[in-house]
Amino acid sequence: MVEKILLAVLVPLFAFLVGIFLEGFKRKMVARIQRRYGPPLIQPLLDIIKLLSKKDNISHGLMFDLGPVIALSGSILTVFFIPTPGFKLLSASGDLVALLYIMVIGSLGMALGAGESGNPNASIGIARALTLMLGYDLPFVIALSTVILKFDTTNLYEIVAAQSDLYWGAFLMPITAVVAFIATYGAMGEHPFEVVVAPQEVATGPMVEYGGKHLGFLMIDHAFHIYIELALFTDLFLGGASNLGYFFLKIFGLHILLTFFDTVYPRFRIENAVRFFWRWPTVFALIGLLIVMIGG
Amino acid sequence: MDKEIEQGYNEILESLRKRSLWILHYCTGCGAIELPPTMTSRYDMGRFGIVPFVTPRQSDILIVTGYVNIKTLRRIITSYEQMLDPKYVIGFGSCSINGGIYWDSHSVIKKLDSYMPVDLYIAGCMPRPEAIIHSFKHLMELIDTGKADGYRRYKENYDFYRKNQRKVLGKWR
Ligand code: SF4
Repeated sequence: MVEKILLAVLVPLFAFLVGIFLEGFKRKMVARIQRRYGPPLIQPLLDIIKLLSKKDNISHGLMFDLGPVIALSGSILTVFFIPTPGFKLLSASGDLVALLYIMVIGSLGMALGAGESGNPNASIGIARALTLMLGYDLPFVIALSTVILKFDTTNLYEIVAAQSDLYWGAFLMPITAVVAFIATYGAMGEHPFEVVVAPQEVATGPMVEYGGKHLGFLMIDHAFHIYIELALFTDLFLGGASNLGYFFLKIFGLHILLTFFDTVYPRFRIENAVRFFWRWPTVFALIGLLIVMIGG
Repeated sequence: MDKEIEQGYNEILESLRKRSLWILHYCTGCGAIELPPTMTSRYDMGRFGIVPFVTPRQSDILIVTGYVNIKTLRRIITSYEQMLDPKYVIGFGSCSINGGIYWDSHSVIKKLDSYMPVDLYIAGCMPRPEAIIHSFKHLMELIDTGKADGYRRYKENYDFYRKNQRKVLGKWR
């Protein structure tokens, strides 16, 4: 019992630290690519401390306050489901399917909260977020079905176990892995899919009325979000890991790759982003599914 | 004893807080053209954790970049009041100090300090990025020593500022 409670604290802590480190590293790396010196590595942590220590808070109603809390708790719940080497918290036979639903809670909380602020930019941002979700979820769900078909299970721990000894999902199903990578990338909202926050167009979209402690919570949630997306991809296609160090290294490598793309691309318009997702990634996801169905 | 602990806690908090300051990306006068070089590769103010943000709710610093005409003053005051405490104002360029070359203009206010509490002025027409970076460093010092208390002054002398605002804007709300 005590052990479980300890794990319930340690696992989110690990996720948060990884997420916050990756974010700080990303800022530094983007700065170096742009030939700047860049902020210190702990800058995201400093930002969060500053936001949480703001003296006043503006609220636009109950749901506005609850939005960030729902988003954060949804993220923490998702972290419990994701297989982390050494820790085993929540696991059921169909947890990959459950995960798909739980991962939406975060965006939903944000949408509910931002909707109450009454700012038109927030409404546009939410509409964009939900439209984009429609875009990247189609190839992502097809890719997940391929994985389920391949390993013949919906249990994440069994999927990880089936990929031991370099039988990684990425080697067994390279096309599906690439598609899932693109979908993950879209879910993280980096350039060129940064249509939701888009500071120059909709003034950070759903976050437009959030400031102070609310925004601090949303930034913590963002750190979790980075971890969740990358850890899920690592578990599904890069064979998980045997210990925390390897796990972190795999996530780190993925994140460096993502940051390279993020730095060089401009931004899609929302309809182009959805059109992009529904064209090539979906077609290739179907091809990958076909290959697995025929080849087994 | 409790008081000392609280003071120590506040000191630590201030020294951490000064390393993350977000600027409201709202520009009034010609001085704004010196901000892009300050942000980008050459001078890179991101080193100090200072980055531009787009909405008043998220920002800590309001930079009034140059002359403020009466129409703009309304927007600036609204934006300033939307920002969350603790917030700081930097008057940028000689126009915000005493009107500068717009001294005789009928539609430009002269002394920004009578309409909103300014924590720091940067002299020059217009100040170079070096001066801007220097002013940020100075603002950090002021925050560290607790002297950047413009937001408190605004609350204490609200009637004074209100009276001055009314004088040029009329009864606007
Ligand atoms: S101080 Fe000079 S540069 Fe700045 S707004 Fe006034 S005239 Fe323009």
